[in-house]
Amino acid sequence: MKKFQGRVVTPGEVTAEALVTTEGFNTLASFQMALQFGDKEVKCGDQSNKDLYGKSMLGKALCLPQTIGSTTGGLVLYCACSMGKNPACMLFANHIDSLAAAGAVLADVWADSVSMPVVDSLGDEFLHYVKDGMKITVKAGGIVEVE
Amino acid sequence: MILTNEQQAILDGKKGETLAKVMKTLVMYGEAFEAEKLVPITSEYNHLVTSFGLKVMAPVYDLMQQILDADVCSGQKFSVDPRPIDKSVPANFLQNLVFKKFMYTKQSFYEGQLEKLGLMDKNAFTCTCYMDEVGNKPKKGDILSWAESSAVVYANSVLGARCNRNSGIIDIMGSIVGYVPFFGLLTDEGRKAAWVVKVQTTKKPEAQLLGSAIGMKVMEDVPYVVGLDKWIGTELNDDACGYLKDFGAATASNGAVGLYHIANLTPEAKELGESLIAEGAKEYIIDDAELERVQKNYPVIWKNPDVAPKLCFVGCPHLSLAQLKEWTVNLEKELQKNGRKKVTIPTVFTAAPGVLEIFEKTEYAARLKATGVITSYICPLMYMNNPLCKKMPVITSSNKLRTYTSARYYTDAEILKTVTGGKNA
Repeated sequence: MKKFQGRVVTPGEVTAEALVTTEGFNTLASFQMALQFGDKEVKCGDQSNKDLYGKSMLGKALCLPQTIGSTTGGLVLYCACSMGKNPACMLFANHIDSLAAAGAVLADVWADSVSMPVVDSLGDEFLHYVKDGMKITVKAGGIVEVE
Repeated sequence: MILTNEQQAILDGKKGETLAKVMKTLVMYGEAFEAEKLVPITSEYNHLVTSFGLKVMAPVYDLMQQILDADVCSGQKFSVDPRPIDKSVPANFLQNLVFKKFMYTKQSFYEGQLEKLGLMDKNAFTCTCYMDEVGNKPKKGDILSWAESSAVVYANSVLGARCNRNSGIIDIMGSIVGYVPFFGLLTDEGRKAAWVVKVQTTKKPEAQLLGSAIGMKVMEDVPYVVGLDKWIGTELNDDACGYLKDFGAATASNGAVGLYHIANLTPEAKELGESLIAEGAKEYIIDDAELERVQKNYPVIWKNPDVAPKLCFVGCPHLSLAQLKEWTVNLEKELQKNGRKKVTIPTVFTAAPGVLEIFEKTEYAARLKATGVITSYICPLMYMNNPLCKKMPVITSSNKLRTYTSARYYTDAEILKTVTGGKNA
């Protein structure tokens, strides 16, 4: 088990299975088909993301460097959270980007009964260490345990 | 974050619960970037990214309704991204059924909400709101609360306005309280380049490919591009602005670029030169081989890559008036060369309603119509955003459309040849 210290963007504690991408996560491209056409597994629809394409994102600990792409990204993430189709948490190796931050904050302030802890600045080592399927525990204060 | 008394009062709920939530959203958003204050929005108009009445976006319309019900709309009017449906764009029975009965069932409802929230006018639907014909063109130094990625990167880079790459919904929230958090591209420091990109091609680089290459390399950083002025000049004329519009959209969709500087061309680069380059900036050299590598790496997800295309979209982001005219002339020449009068593939050119209105008054409109090309105000991305289009072989010269849909990318020259019945090498 290895422990990483990040920064809390939106609070919460959760345990979930890791889903990892070392590429930028395109929120719109990843979620659009799954949300629109009722994919219960919320499979990633971003054909450019070789790490995630076709994999279920629902309830996973999504580990990523940052998000990229369309600025609808934040509202897409907000919709995913409002509809209960979000990852369990989002863990950023880098400082969070403006679109992901917007999505996380919108979900935290406006979506009822949604908890999706978001931690950023976990560092490059976090993304090198964590692999798909590992057990992730997000604790208070931005602590992320990987085993 | 240090708030003024007025801002703190709003956050404390003294002007109602909904406005307090709007302020809380902006404060939390700013705090994620260590913003120390909120600064006033100074642009005349806002621009929203959310233009589509998708059934699945119900949480967005619920949120907008909360704003309307609380009567806290902004006094600042806005334009908005393009409409997702236009009956002049070819669609079969099944597609029409999916568009109207399953996907965009909330379009009329949402457009009604937009009008109440402060839409500039009924035609203010375009991603290129900064075109003169549309009239939402910020001034240098204006602080904006925009979100559309291609418009943000254009406003920052070509117009010298200041705007972060905000998300949809954050755009209208800034406008409602009249403030945005002061961080990132709003600051002088945040506008410095972390990359120097050296363009060393032997011909004018394709705008979309160059933007795509840079976006993938620099991600969210600011690039300072050297050597491009050799190909597009040192004046922001119609040609250069059209090029930069397409280039910027590609940097923003394949990466997360919100601002670029072009040496000797864009306003801040002209004014401040290499002092815009941050200490320790990284270098990226782009030559012919690099652009070829980028294009070759674009995935083709058509089931049969050799199938004949069924539809072509040009204009994502929307075309400018000058681009519509240039395409008309080029199509005529290429059709003549190929001994044809009309395009051989249904082809749609998209532009802002205001641009199309002016274009219709020029001699070029009838000439373009004669080639068989259809003009539309539609958002091609929204048109293609469904499983039926995934199976449809659509071609485009837009890297943004390629990125988000199954459309296959070709350069402008390749598109021209393909739709006029010529053969590509």
